[in-house]
Amino acid sequence: MTIEVKDLKYIYSPDMPGETTALDGVSFDVTEPSIIGIIGHTGSGKSTLLQHLNGLIKPTSGEIYIDGECITDEKKNLTDVRRKIGLVFQYPEHQLFEETVAKDVAFGPKNLGLEEEDIDRRVRRALYMVGLDYDEVADVSSFELSGGMKRRAAIAGVIAMEPAILMLDEPMAGLDPQAHRDMLALIKKVQRDMKLIILIVSHNMADVAELSDRVLVMSKGRIIMDDGPHEIFKRYDELSAMGLSVPPAAEIAQKISKKVKGFESNPLSIRELADDIEEFRRTKR
Amino acid sequence: MIRDITLGQYYPGGSAVHRLDARTKIIATLVYIAALFVVNNFWGFLIAAASLFTVIAISRVPLKFIFRGLTAVFLIIAFTFIINLFMVDGRVLWEWKFLSITYEGLQRACFMAVRLVLLIIGSSMMTLTTKPIELTDGLEKLLNPLSKIGVPSHEIALMMTIALRFIPTLMEETDKIIKAQQARGADFESGNLLSRAKALIPILIPLFISSFRIAQDLALAMEARCYHGGEGRTRMNQIRFHRGDAAAAVLLIAFLGVIIASRWI
Repeated sequence: MTIEVKDLKYIYSPDMPGETTALDGVSFDVTEPSIIGIIGHTGSGKSTLLQHLNGLIKPTSGEIYIDGECITDEKKNLTDVRRKIGLVFQYPEHQLFEETVAKDVAFGPKNLGLEEEDIDRRVRRALYMVGLDYDEVADVSSFELSGGMKRRAAIAGVIAMEPAILMLDEPMAGLDPQAHRDMLALIKKVQRDMKLIILIVSHNMADVAELSDRVLVMSKGRIIMDDGPHEIFKRYDELSAMGLSVPPAAEIAQKISKKVKGFESNPLSIRELADDIEEFRRTKR
Repeated sequence: MIRDITLGQYYPGGSAVHRLDARTKIIATLVYIAALFVVNNFWGFLIAAASLFTVIAISRVPLKFIFRGLTAVFLIIAFTFIINLFMVDGRVLWEWKFLSITYEGLQRACFMAVRLVLLIIGSSMMTLTTKPIELTDGLEKLLNPLSKIGVPSHEIALMMTIALRFIPTLMEETDKIIKAQQARGADFESGNLLSRAKALIPILIPLFISSFRIAQDLALAMEARCYHGGEGRTRMNQIRFHRGDAAAAVLLIAFLGVIIASRWI
């Protein structure tokens, strides 16, 4: 599965008082199953980009190819596109509507016109993937679940469509610390087990640093950085000039290196920073 | 898609029409609508239309923007036109089986259609040039004398403010829910009437729930800021009549006089 985005442009409400350019020539491609973090300021075009990849918005100009197939083509059947590409919106639990969790998760597969057996298999697998116990939640109303569980049930609803590409818009927003940690682990597990391309939009740099194999930085509708997380978060000054932060560990390392001569570290997590400090002290001695 | 509905929208600007007091505009709109029903011949409509287009020209709201709002009610206008066309007796112009068009019918249908178009444009001019908040403030002031006889003018105005304020929020929410369900393969466009109606359930239930959530949050936020109804409440922006409003009043009276006179042309 590959994604190829070529010079994508999108203008909101053209010729109206509120005309805005949301995407201004975005190009990138993804060739391997991996987790890609997309960061950027509010209004930088991240969510608009995700909606384009799913065919929910037609670009003003530019093309998107999924597996070499052009999905921005006028005549393209979008149901096929959405079968391959799952999109989880911000606060997906707000879209739950069925009487029971199992029925809600089955909504997507049902729309694909699958057999009853196949649907049931997918529902069980999707709930298992997000760490919910089928026997425990299947016949419970989704409104009785806790916030974190609701979110996972909603994500299961997209995973049940068995997409090859999964896009998540702020999947960690508003979760308590435990649910937050669970969600991080869940995303890693889903990527590993299902061999997906996962695109994650997030404001939380620590999350992006921990999850991503590659990071895209967006600003004013363009991709201005595209690199591995270590390389991206090294550019502390450029990021803060854009009003973006770096993971806390990288910020602490930055501060230490200003005070302590010869100390150099480029960590993504506190653990990596601790290792680097340990290493530094050993060599000093 | 949903964003294209311009009826009731505000078009930002600083023209003389925008600067008028909301009360002036509300009264002027009511007078204009009443005048449209006083008019009974071609010349009257010409005067009414000319006055309206003068106001539009002064307001500098693009015509394209105004007519886009009209497309939403095109069906109603067409329906009224056809009903009037076939339902009036008089000198027959054209006949086919049980259908017949009369001279009087054609005239009435045209008048009705023009009247509706002017009515809709006229009232949308009010909302296009007045901020919703100003509009409800103006309405509250106008209704204020009625509170003596028990009309809850403040509450009515507040309800309107809240309703207007949450139209865009709910539209955004609807848009998001539609997209989210589409992303899960939901199809709203094909199938017969029943299956299409059923397809709306995944939209309506989440929308219903989020309306409740929004209402609850709003009530809490208002209570946290000690809202306790209209009694003794002061306001940040006092609304006052200006010289422009006096000029508008004079023009309005002149317009009404001409319209009434036009009946005897």
